Amino acid sequence: MIFGYPLLSAAIWLPILFGLLVLATGNDRNARMARIIALVGAVLGFLVTIPLYTGFDRMTSDMQFVEMKDWIVRFNIHYHLGVDGISVLFVLLNSFFTPLVVIAGWQVIEKRVAQYMAAFLIMSGLVNGVFVALDAMLFYVFWEAMLIPMFIIIGVWGGPNRVYAALKFFLYTLLGSLLMLVALLYLYHKSGGSFEILDFHHMAMPSLTAQILVFIAFFMAFSVKVPMFPVHTWLPDAHVEAPTGGSVVLAAIMLKVGAYGFIRFSMPITPDASHYLAPVMIALSLIAVVYIGLVALTQADMKKLVAYSSISHMGFVTLGFFIFNAYGMEGALLQMISHGFISGALFLCIGVLYDRVHSRQIVDYGGVANKMPVFAAFFMLFAMANSGLPGTSGFVGEFMVIMGAVKANFWFAFAAASTLIFGAAYTLWMYKRVIFGAVANDHVAHLRDIGSREKLVFVILAITVLGMGLYPLPFADIMHASVNDLLVHLATPKVLN
Amino acid sequence: MNLLSSLSPAYAEIFLLVMVSAILIVDLFIVNYTKTLTYLLVQISLLGCSLITVATHEDGIVHMFHHMFVDDLMSDVLKLLTYLSVSMMLVYSRSYLMARGLFTGEFLALVLFATLGMMVMISASNFLSLYLGLELLALSLYALVALQRDSAIATESAMKYFILGAMASGFLLYGMSMLYGATGSLDVNNVADVIRHGTPNKPLLVFGLAFVVAGLAFKLGAVPFHMWVPDVYHGAPTAMTMFIGSAPKLAAFAFVMRILVEAMQPLMVDWSGMLMILAVLSMAVGNITAIAQTNIKRMFAYSTIAHMGFMLVGILSGTIEGYGSAMFYAVVYVLMSLGGFGMIMLLSREGFEADTLNDFKGLNQRSPWLAFMMLLLMFSMAGVPPTVGFYAKFSVLNAAVQAGHLPLVVMAVLFSLIGAFYYLRIVKLMYFDAPESHEKLYIQPDSSLLISINGLAVLILGILPNTLMSVCAVSVQQSLLH
Repeated sequence: MIFGYPLLSAAIWLPILFGLLVLATGNDRNARMARIIALVGAVLGFLVTIPLYTGFDRMTSDMQFVEMKDWIVRFNIHYHLGVDGISVLFVLLNSFFTPLVVIAGWQVIEKRVAQYMAAFLIMSGLVNGVFVALDAMLFYVFWEAMLIPMFIIIGVWGGPNRVYAALKFFLYTLLGSLLMLVALLYLYHKSGGSFEILDFHHMAMPSLTAQILVFIAFFMAFSVKVPMFPVHTWLPDAHVEAPTGGSVVLAAIMLKVGAYGFIRFSMPITPDASHYLAPVMIALSLIAVVYIGLVALTQADMKKLVAYSSISHMGFVTLGFFIFNAYGMEGALLQMISHGFISGALFLCIGVLYDRVHSRQIVDYGGVANKMPVFAAFFMLFAMANSGLPGTSGFVGEFMVIMGAVKANFWFAFAAASTLIFGAAYTLWMYKRVIFGAVANDHVAHLRDIGSREKLVFVILAITVLGMGLYPLPFADIMHASVNDLLVHLATPKVLN
Repeated sequence: MNLLSSLSPAYAEIFLLVMVSAILIVDLFIVNYTKTLTYLLVQISLLGCSLITVATHEDGIVHMFHHMFVDDLMSDVLKLLTYLSVSMMLVYSRSYLMARGLFTGEFLALVLFATLGMMVMISASNFLSLYLGLELLALSLYALVALQRDSAIATESAMKYFILGAMASGFLLYGMSMLYGATGSLDVNNVADVIRHGTPNKPLLVFGLAFVVAGLAFKLGAVPFHMWVPDVYHGAPTAMTMFIGSAPKLAAFAFVMRILVEAMQPLMVDWSGMLMILAVLSMAVGNITAIAQTNIKRMFAYSTIAHMGFMLVGILSGTIEGYGSAMFYAVVYVLMSLGGFGMIMLLSREGFEADTLNDFKGLNQRSPWLAFMMLLLMFSMAGVPPTVGFYAKFSVLNAAVQAGHLPLVVMAVLFSLIGAFYYLRIVKLMYFDAPESHEKLYIQPDSSLLISINGLAVLILGILPNTLMSVCAVSVQQSLLH
């Protein structure tokens, strides 16, 4: 709470209320009004989250801005919200992207505008709920509820194969979630009737086996969302079919939710199982980094390429988590934030091209720089950031994770560092084929450069990518205390006898 | 006067019986095709019943008619919900039935007789009165299904319903007679006492129990006694399907409570094993077979089977928590089922049944609001938060975990994932596909209002499930205190 206002509730409910308001504008005759209300809601939604950052006490790992009310008394479930140094960044990231997505869909979406905008606003609120919930059931409700708008977004505004992608997305993620629910029920009974996540953190479990089973149930939920190899296959499908805004939110926000789950649930609740299964987690992460990086090299579709690149980069994140040191952990968290900015920006770039040419195939392009110099410059920056160029945000996280990995095991670091090569290879090769060379065909010849609306979005993203790359301290220092606390949890065995 | 006041727990039943008889006579003198007066009288009777039930509520458990009849909190709550769902069903089906010439006095009277049957079932505390209530309900339902005389498929399903239903009743009676043989009593509480403290003939008792459970499974439509469900749901006019699929589930829940829990709690070890098999099979067969259906009524039939399996998971947990969650599940299921069938009736019009999945194509383009309501109902049936269907599943699973049935819970979760697919398919058809016809939807204002209330209730009860959950839990708890 600050000035007596429940900021976290505002971060959740303000976008949702605006989403409903947008829905109420009705059909496409009022599209303009729908867009304006959506933008106002999204910007307000971002503004209310800023005090979370400015008013945050960096010295403590305690939950801040806590709100607590009874919700379902029968099961001792509370409406309990709070942020620590880790979740506050994700709330900001999410709220930051909502206005960008609204602006990006401003003219592109012509059919059912109100529903489109409302879906994004509602999802934004629900995702904030996921990041700030301190009650496991509340978390679960937000976690599941955010699938519904995403399902609709992919299925209604997506590409030709959207139905398959939407169903696959929903069922894959639901499978994981349901097993997590079973784990939560188990913990509820073991803890003597509490759904408080923080109570779970301090609770011992009867045996390592029990911990491992709980870990696996959580793993099912979170690994699908991250997504980790081998349950990643829904992501390229979902990305390719989703509209631009959907891809941006998927990559920038939805993937982070899975990784966040590892931090908030798996590692502090089942530290012994985490240690026990760390080799598996590291192996899967490295496979994601190396193998998926190679897969990305062979893609002919730009969106697919960036989707695979996301999986590869998220492999870095899980690697950073499971080497259990501060460098790895903080690097992974910075990598998550930075990947949000970069992949979001890349999907927006591809969206810009797709709006004009209606193709995402690399072969349909060539020589775009001749017609769209400003766009090419922005695209260049984001492509460089994606390949981890120092000075961009992409470098900071990867570098720290590799540092952490060296401490753990040289070969981990060796394998992980290959991403710097593969990442540069696939990103820059794509960039070269699309942007440089002679003008490939009539479509490209008739391209117009980006307008002021698109420019605004790219400028904002460029500033953040460069800013975070040159001066990452504001992002890093807010999480120190919480990361240290997490490492303490991880170092404490929690098995009885 | 003393006699009259001693009857007070049964005032609602008596009132309803008088009203039905009166309505039957009044209807004879009304030539009006729309039957507005009869319809209003029926709604007034239901309202009257609710008022009486509330007014005559007493704390604790009151027995009367030589222990044949019991009035406790659970029966009052279930009865109120029954009136509500019957009344909703009538609002939904009025224009549908009128377009088909089925909105007759017989229909209304049969519905009320069925309601009376359910009330007796809910309040019975003796095997005989249980059975009487059950048969009054069943006979009315057989006749309701057969009401559409000129439809071959309706008569066929009525025939199937009747034959299988009669067989189930036979099973039940046979089982009850064995229980009587073993315990020497038909009274629910006496039977429990004899089993607990006496020396009953154990093999006979368990044999009787097996027959009773089989009969119950028939009535609930649990696998492997489910064969009638898809045919009857499919064949009956949608309004009758809605009726079969809604309020009687509440009565069936009461029936299970009275017979398995109140009378045979000491045999829990025996019946919970049987219920476990029924539950797992129901969830598996129901959810998997529903995927293959192209007719939405058949699909809902299989989904009902799966839902009944889920409800049984709550009961077989054998704890107060479990019974409460099963009751909550039944109530929530009735709410969702009313909405689902209501939507089918809203979309249908004269000479056109909107009962194939394809009829839902592109509903979002024809009516975004209706599509949104259906979306809420489908996600609720699939058990996705923040809809109330999630809490129904959650509380049942919670009870099962508490009772130590973790493998069962994992299985239930996996089957409900499979189940999610066909609910999602409806959402997909409504939102992702283009409509097959652009004909304007004509919807009566009363049913359109009701579907909105119904759909939003699913959402609002999902956001604030506390009250309904506690009501269910407390009422079960109170009625099990002897």
